[in-house]
Amino acid sequence: MNLDFSEEQEMLRTSARDFLTKECPKTLVRELEEDEKGYSPELWRKMAELGWMGLVLPEEYDGMGMEFMDLIVLLEEMGRNILPGPFFCTVVLGGLTILNGGTEEQKKEFLPKVANGEMILTMALTEPSATYEASGVKTKAVAKDDAFVINGTKLFVENAHIADYLVCVTRTSDGASPEEGITLFLVDAKSPGIKCEVMPTIGADKLCEVVFEDVSVPRQNMLGKLDRGWPIVARTLEQATVAKCAEMIGSAQAALEMTLAYVKERVQYGRPIGSFQVVQHYCANMWINVDTGKSILYEAAWRVGEGLPASKEVAVAKGWINEVYKFVAERGVQCHGAIGTTRDHDMGLYYRRAMAAELAFGDTDCQREVVARQIGL
Amino acid sequence: MDFSFTEEEERFRAEVRRFLKKEVTEELLKDLEERGEVDFSREFTKKLAEKGWLAMSWPKEYGGGGASMMEQLIFGEELGYHHAPSGAHRQGINLIGPCLIVHGTEEQKGKYLRAITRGEVVWCQGFSEPNAGSDLASLQCRAVADGDDYVIDGQKVWTSNAHRADWCHLLTRTDPDAPRHRGISYFLVDMKSPGITIRPLINMLASHDFNEVFLDNVRVPKENMIGEKNQGWYVSQTTLNFERSGIAVPASAKRTLEQLVEYAKETKRNGKPLARDPIIRHKLSEMAVEIEVGRMIAYRVAWMQGKGLIPSYEASMSKLYGTELVKRLGDIGMQIMGLYSQLETGSKWVPLRGRIERAYLFSLGATIAMGTSEIMKNIIAVRGLELPRG
Repeated sequence: MNLDFSEEQEMLRTSARDFLTKECPKTLVRELEEDEKGYSPELWRKMAELGWMGLVLPEEYDGMGMEFMDLIVLLEEMGRNILPGPFFCTVVLGGLTILNGGTEEQKKEFLPKVANGEMILTMALTEPSATYEASGVKTKAVAKDDAFVINGTKLFVENAHIADYLVCVTRTSDGASPEEGITLFLVDAKSPGIKCEVMPTIGADKLCEVVFEDVSVPRQNMLGKLDRGWPIVARTLEQATVAKCAEMIGSAQAALEMTLAYVKERVQYGRPIGSFQVVQHYCANMWINVDTGKSILYEAAWRVGEGLPASKEVAVAKGWINEVYKFVAERGVQCHGAIGTTRDHDMGLYYRRAMAAELAFGDTDCQREVVARQIGL
Repeated sequence: MDFSFTEEEERFRAEVRRFLKKEVTEELLKDLEERGEVDFSREFTKKLAEKGWLAMSWPKEYGGGGASMMEQLIFGEELGYHHAPSGAHRQGINLIGPCLIVHGTEEQKGKYLRAITRGEVVWCQGFSEPNAGSDLASLQCRAVADGDDYVIDGQKVWTSNAHRADWCHLLTRTDPDAPRHRGISYFLVDMKSPGITIRPLINMLASHDFNEVFLDNVRVPKENMIGEKNQGWYVSQTTLNFERSGIAVPASAKRTLEQLVEYAKETKRNGKPLARDPIIRHKLSEMAVEIEVGRMIAYRVAWMQGKGLIPSYEASMSKLYGTELVKRLGDIGMQIMGLYSQLETGSKWVPLRGRIERAYLFSLGATIAMGTSEIMKNIIAVRGLELPRG
């Protein structure tokens, strides 16, 4: 057993923290909430120069060939600064999916562009049924000559409005189970018939409605095998769920630190409010939440990185961290008093995102159902 | 990072498991339950000693096993999971033994340590008093020098196993005029000494674990003092770097959860197994999540210790989290069993031999004993988060 980060991982954390503190202040976060694109191309370029987009992609595709745990470290730091933009969807939902399920040709075509920051990817999975399960996929792809024609509506697609390509999850046949008959396509976002609209959301995080109307995709853009695409999605969802947990823990840690600094400095009744036992206990509870969240995150991330069965650990982690982040953000607002409830205060940035993050890749109820099955119920 | 155990560690776990499956049988647990001694068995403690595992955490020169932190963690996890009775050795192995290793005279070490490692003596702890609970340093029990002895007068309370113990390690006030922490001395007291009266304190389960202990002119030889006079507070705070991750609590909870899952699968309500009821699934899986979290906290405390770091507020968190968790588990277990949950051992209708009802009542004490949940949070806030003292 070794529960320490490697020296390289610690260095990655420090350099990411320094970089993001400088390059991604809260003023930028707020600006980008209102911005149409929702990301800073300049910052994106700098991140690419640091090699972040290719961090866990193999070197043969211009990546840095680092471990999944390295990505976890980086995502924690991104969560800490609530970095806006398409990193998560490009690298985790797009890049890793192509790495997991793509042909050599597809990898060669797409991954170096991801690694070099030249391409924004995302995954179009969820639909008006609003579930991450295969049963929710109704968007149809029908073979026609050397192409497939896609029709349907995708919702909550991250950053589709700026994406170059979408990994579109479609139904190509009705199998014995909902997981059969799913096929993935790499769809050029500029294809005729695609309509994309940003949805106003609690996290101002550019989730989109994407309507496919007779969108033609060449057969060679199929990712994985016909009707057998779901296991690729499932693998990506496992990685994405843990990756999201890392962002969330980074955010929760920042919200905790912000609160600790405030209660040490804010004076009422002639003393810092952090000297009142009730506030101390709130803070102790917040810290316990963050610290336990880290422990449970790293075990799940290690298993996913090692390719070990991890359904239970991933669901345990997300089920727990959903509650951790919300709790810390809520107590954080409470400790700040009225100022914490304003749109202008940074606590609100975290509070709103805590809910958005819970909903992504399965809320707490949904994770608990997975755990229930895993413990034999 | 690497969360796996080595092959050697896995082999050790398998060996411990085989032993516990053989020794901690349902018959043994049932027998202890019926005698009202759920966590107490001198015989089992002796068997651990014979196996060489009782004092595995101690240095070899004191009859210990010199086990690694990971071995201690694995052992604690398995003992907890199998609900093995540890009341007969907990005080000796975890508290007074280590304290004597550091502060005892050669004579004291010779007299007491071997007896502990052989599982031959049961110790109780004379710390708390009616007016000294969380604020232990306000204790009043007096010890006054008289010839070759000290004469002790006062009262102790919440003394677990006093009625079963051979010896007591006891804090007394020897200098009432000194600052509170600097007037305390620490003694080893034979429980057969004249002047000791034990009065039972029956807990909510109607079981007799706690006692009040009255000391009336109890003579204790001077050589029974541990450490220097008036240094007892500091001596009693000594802990060797033995595993104190709190792993037994989530491990034990895991077994209880498994029993509840089995119950939910086998028991039908309105013609449908309870396991199909979404509310029950939800509650049990919530506990499964929390138990995994508790396990990981404990692993990390042990990991810190293995590296030679001293966990302070981290161990407080593990204690706080684990004991609060067990309370919720008891509560959820009761809800799942519905009307049957209120039945006690002895009823032919009682599910799981009354384990859940006992856990529900017994869990109350755990968030109070050895530092209340509130004290744990104070420690975390002040030592861990460096918040200003109130």
